Amino acid sequence: MTPTRIAMPDEIRAGQPFEVKTLITHPMETGRRPDPLGNPIPQNLITRFTCRLDGILAFEAALDTGVAANPYIAFLVSAERSGTLEFEWHGQHGFNVRETRAIRVV
Amino acid sequence: MTSVSLAGMLWPPLGVLGEGADWPPKRSLAQERSGFEFQSADTQALQLDDFANPGLLWVDRGKALWEKPSATDAPSCEGCHESAASSMAGAATRYPRHDAAAGGLINLTQRINRCRTEQQRQPELGYESYAMLALTALVAHQSKGLPFAVRIDGRNRPHFERGRAYFQQRRGQMNLACRHCHEQHAGRMMRGERLSQGHSNGYPTYRLEWQGLGSLHRRLRFCNQAIRAEPFDYGSAEYLDLELFLAWRAADLPIETPAVRR
Ligand code: HEC
Ligand code: HEC
Repeated sequence: MTPTRIAMPDEIRAGQPFEVKTLITHPMETGRRPDPLGNPIPQNLITRFTCRLDGILAFEAALDTGVAANPYIAFLVSAERSGTLEFEWHGQHGFNVRETRAIRVV
Repeated sequence: MTSVSLAGMLWPPLGVLGEGADWPPKRSLAQERSGFEFQSADTQALQLDDFANPGLLWVDRGKALWEKPSATDAPSCEGCHESAASSMAGAATRYPRHDAAAGGLINLTQRINRCRTEQQRQPELGYESYAMLALTALVAHQSKGLPFAVRIDGRNRPHFERGRAYFQQRRGQMNLACRHCHEQHAGRMMRGERLSQGHSNGYPTYRLEWQGLGSLHRRLRFCNQAIRAEPFDYGSAEYLDLELFLAWRAADLPIETPAVRR
């Protein structure tokens, strides 16, 4: 289980952008650091993050070696009606984490 | 200088130590300042952000482990202690403390392992393992905002005296004591880092350089290595004594766990 944190408002207004914040545990190894014995630590990155609203892409980010460990990604989304946000972190070595959250439009 | 040699002379004959001139002990810092104050504005903001503080990922994980059914037929942590928020409030402020079964000091991490092995009959968790850091962070987080309240008298006193002496004692190839960096030179830059007063009120702490959470003993090992001294083991008697002294020394500061440091 890879710990993630996701935060957003409990109630959302139709058509009004709201902030979604996400955090995930991941080393984001650049592949350029040596371990204490001097051997290179293999590269290990999250490369892509997506957020879909009822299946439709709402936000997307490409990540690379410039992003620190445990990436924090915050962005704005707007929705017309209640639905489901689906978050996906996709990375090297088969890394794939999926989380969903219901949103409530009032 | 005088205080260094004085401490060296006082130890080891603690058994014969009367209520001398340096007891109750006096703090050497005019004002305690948390390591937080020595961090950049960005790092401070990250610590204060109740969402983005990455140490909270460990606290969340700790909460999941707290609730998780034990692999044995024993109760979960929650099964005995109910909510961590109420049962563990203030617990971290009292550690390290003397423990009769251990015949010496134990800290919060070791107290948790005690419940793992005795109450849950599970194997010990590694001192610096992910699960142990997560549980320690969860429990210590419930004391956020409270000051340490450790006892230094009675059976804790010889441990306190040893920790205090250690803090003053020069060691390593560079022949430096804790106090040289964290009292004499606090506020100065050292290899890109601003030296703080070396307080323990944020542990386990998220260090950007570690890209993860680490224990106080991990920090102490780094400080020993920085002066090319042999580090002690995680959970060693030497670090427990030092941990007790550091908790007393930080008594005016609120616990910040999980702190964020460079
Ligand atoms: C079968 C019951 C039981 C289980 C399960 C259990 N504990 Fe305990 N725990 C106790 C008892 C009893 C004490 C001692 C209470 C006292 O001394 O007043 C204690 C004490 C503690 C303390 C010290 C609190 C203080 O104020 O000093 C901590 C921390 C703690 N437990 C953490 C945990 C964690 C973490 C887990 C799960 C890994 C756990 N316990 C599982 C029964 C349990
Ligand atoms: C050569 C200088 C040096 C010596 C000697 C040294 N440290 Fe440190 N210590 C550092 C540096 C650099 C840091 C990271 C920056 C900071 O917080 O001061 C640090 C950090 C710490 C911290 C973490 C502070 C925080 O806010 O997270 C503690 C606690 C600490 N040291 C304790 C000690 C103790 C105890 C000793 C003696 C065993 C010691 N240090 C010896 C350089 C030193």
